[in-house]
Amino acid sequence: MQPIDRKKYWQTNLRYVAILLSVWFLVSYGFGILMVDELNAIRLGGFKLGFWFAQQGSIYVFVILIFVYVWLMNRLDKRYNLGE
Amino acid sequence: MDIQTWTFIIVGLTFALYIGIAIWSRAASTKEFYIAGGGVSPLANGLATAADWMSAASFLGMAGIIAFSGYDGSVYLMGWTGGYVLLALLLAPYLRKFGKFTVPDFIGDRYYSNIARTVAVIAALFVSFTYVAGQMRGVGVVFSRFLDVEVNTGVYIGMAVVLFYAFLGGMKGITYTQVAQYCVLIFAFMVPAIFISIMATGNPIPQIGMGSTGSDGIYLLDKLDGLMTDLGFTAYTDGSKSTRDIFMITAALMLGTAGLPHVIIRFFTVPKVKDARKSAGYALLFIAVLYTTAPAIAVFTRTNLMETVQNTPYNEIPSWFTNWENTGLIAWTDKNGDGKIQYLPGSAIEGKKPLFTEGRGNFGQRLISNVGNTDNELYIDRDITVLANPEIAGLPNWIIALVAAGGLAAALSTAAGLLLVISTSISHDLIKKQFAPDISDKKELLIARLSSLMAVVIAGYFGINPPGFVASVVALAFGLAASSFFPAIVMGIFSKRMNREGAIAGMVAGLGITCYYIARYKLGWIGNPASNTSDHWWWGISPEGFGTIGMLVNFLVAIIISRFYKAPPTEVKALVERIRIPSGAGEAQKH
Repeated sequence: MQPIDRKKYWQTNLRYVAILLSVWFLVSYGFGILMVDELNAIRLGGFKLGFWFAQQGSIYVFVILIFVYVWLMNRLDKRYNLGE
Repeated sequence: MDIQTWTFIIVGLTFALYIGIAIWSRAASTKEFYIAGGGVSPLANGLATAADWMSAASFLGMAGIIAFSGYDGSVYLMGWTGGYVLLALLLAPYLRKFGKFTVPDFIGDRYYSNIARTVAVIAALFVSFTYVAGQMRGVGVVFSRFLDVEVNTGVYIGMAVVLFYAFLGGMKGITYTQVAQYCVLIFAFMVPAIFISIMATGNPIPQIGMGSTGSDGIYLLDKLDGLMTDLGFTAYTDGSKSTRDIFMITAALMLGTAGLPHVIIRFFTVPKVKDARKSAGYALLFIAVLYTTAPAIAVFTRTNLMETVQNTPYNEIPSWFTNWENTGLIAWTDKNGDGKIQYLPGSAIEGKKPLFTEGRGNFGQRLISNVGNTDNELYIDRDITVLANPEIAGLPNWIIALVAAGGLAAALSTAAGLLLVISTSISHDLIKKQFAPDISDKKELLIARLSSLMAVVIAGYFGINPPGFVASVVALAFGLAASSFFPAIVMGIFSKRMNREGAIAGMVAGLGITCYYIARYKLGWIGNPASNTSDHWWWGISPEGFGTIGMLVNFLVAIIISRFYKAPPTEVKALVERIRIPSGAGEAQKH
């Protein structure tokens, strides 16, 4: 692998990580903690929305985030021929 | 058949299964003993990681903690799952590519320093011993409650079983028993949860049932909020902790999760870098099944409890109540002499546990000597939430036995993972890397087995004679992992400039300030005891949440100090370059 490719590969990885961790922060610390009172004014069936994010929603999003990262990185590895 | 016969049969069968797996998966080399030869499939590793992670506390305790703290319990739900996102995105793939056996291996090589390695070994040992003592105790407690043996005998039986597969199989044996243990524990957790959800709401999926309506057409959560506020409790869906403290505790638990050595080493066992990412996803998926069900169980149980006991005459109470009263985990003291149970805010008793006296009261209730001066008449040990659920819901005896087997699976799987970290730290990080680098693989394997034997004995000792501060040191374990390993590993991967001096100074500063704060405000070992109250906490942060500050201190000190010393040598920079690219992670062995 060329040094220039290494650099591009790493930059792309860092961008993916930054985006996914922003979502991670938003659903847990944002929706579940800092904005919980505002969101609790909105209802999701029997749940107050903020409470739902704190005890259910954030966990579902965490699982999805990891699988999205797996998918993005597998695609990136293929593009750079890092098929192990 | 009665509960006890069922418990003997089901627990006996699961133990036979674990031992069978242990014999099948004996380890022949140190690579097999430490990391299962690096040939575990991502799915199997996900299952094993989930079992490794979910301890007796997750299985037996968490639903209860949430049931009795409502929204405040969210810190555990988010804290103990969100850390896996950090693991998958920031740590696991790179540590797998690094391709050695332990976390101190990485710290020692990346920071080209045996001092850094030693700091890491000490932190790993401390965190793991703290944790394992609680697990062995959990094994003893489940035995004593369901099989009618002494707590200590239960600990001995648990030690014997863990030793069997940890000694023979090392990581390989542990991995495949953990896979079996996950299946046992999740089945045991979900079956009662589904039954209870159907009974409460008619919906078989607890996660949905939690937000549904009961038979009276009112949303369950609204009803619970109403029941609680009417009696003067804080509403279930509102917290009583400050937002800042909730934030800090959640962060400390997440960062601690991502820094716990027994979780991290699980990602050394898969064949490829992409498998490490994928198995983190599987692990969190399997953990999420339990962690999203627990808050639902909490709501069902709390509602059921409030409706069943409030203002109910003691002699009309269901039999589960008196059964648990007989074990001492429920206590009722009739303060106003009306023969009915009043369940109100505040503690019904002085101190932490009810002190029972001989004899019975007017209504046949057990008497206690440490009655508190609130109007609340009911003491409930929150640990019974999961254990009593099948009984409260009137489920058949075999399900109750299954819950016992599930609790044991949760405790044993976590204990085994921790014991492996302890034995590896001793045989590999200390003896092989520091004192006797020339020993043969065979000899190192023997030392690894002997240290696992020693670790089991020490863990068993702590299980039988638990140090008084065990419960509070769990905070310490997470705080220490958050303030030492997490920053050191992240900077080791993401910064080529971070050098030996910066990393060591950062770890020592992070560990130091976290230890100080917990010793000061959690254990009360130093400082004026009079000032050991929440009013004196720094910025209102509880000791449980202080690991977050420790982590920030570690980063800050490391970055500043590293600027004053020269950059790491070229071979270390090459190492960092190498772990960032996934190809060629080293051969794996087929199982």
